[in-house]
Amino acid sequence: MKAAVIVFPGSNCDRDCKVAIERSTGASVGMVWHGDTALPDGVDLVVLPGGFSYGDYLRCGAMAALSPIMAEVKAAAERGVATVGICNGFQVLCEMGMLPGALLRNERLKYVCKPVELEVTNSQTRFTAGYKGRRQAVMTVGNGEGNFFADEPTLDRLEGEGQVVFRYLDNPNGSARDIAGIVNARGNVLGLMPHPDRAFEAELGSADGAILFQSALASA
Amino acid sequence: MRAKVHVFLKPGVLDVQGKAVEQALHGLGWGGVEHVRVGKTIEFDLKAGDRAAAEAEVKAMCEKLLANTVIESYRVELA
Repeated sequence: MKAAVIVFPGSNCDRDCKVAIERSTGASVGMVWHGDTALPDGVDLVVLPGGFSYGDYLRCGAMAALSPIMAEVKAAAERGVATVGICNGFQVLCEMGMLPGALLRNERLKYVCKPVELEVTNSQTRFTAGYKGRRQAVMTVGNGEGNFFADEPTLDRLEGEGQVVFRYLDNPNGSARDIAGIVNARGNVLGLMPHPDRAFEAELGSADGAILFQSALASA
Repeated sequence: MRAKVHVFLKPGVLDVQGKAVEQALHGLGWGGVEHVRVGKTIEFDLKAGDRAAAEAEVKAMCEKLLANTVIESYRVELA
């Protein structure tokens, strides 16, 4: 089992992701610089970490979406490789059009950093299969622009097709329909604002994030 | 040629910064202020053959990078 974490200038959860994946799955994790043009051979999981890539210049994730490595990440996702964007990584996936919608400034203009309770809306994705009997999970959010937006037909489609994977029980940022995480139509690209990488062992207050990494790699 | 690109959140997309500025203006006594939108302007010099070519190029830049058309609209000025 092999995972890769993409490191952009300004990423700050890249090492958290590496440690979280290693400890929760035992997989080997390679760090891939944004300027590289190839992923490690045989990679099963690609993670775009949280942080402030390129200082959030222009729009969160806009510059990172144009990084050389991202063409390869997109190609890998099109081959079916499991791809997860966490927080800033979710913003990057939306900017690239790999996921629908966009992340707006939080409704109350505040940076929100706290543990949140999530509903596991769809536990039949390759990222959430491990949650099966459990309807809730706790992870930490830390974002200023985590307010998910998509037009009404897109939101209807996401809900209708089971692409809404996580919802907030108490919406911290104004996200449309309480959406915290979505998958693409094929089900192999996940974007979520809460951090599974900050909730992978009990000492962190929750180990629920570990299940996400375990599910993603078990499905590879 | 000098290009100015104005980027704003689309109508219908909640502009929370605009709302905050509007409330601040109301607080200062300008009660007649409505529908504040906060956007950004991106300016640059551009070498282009003619105006039509410049327009086409700047439009392509907006679609590719300068605006996210899921949430933003843009307006281009050339001088």
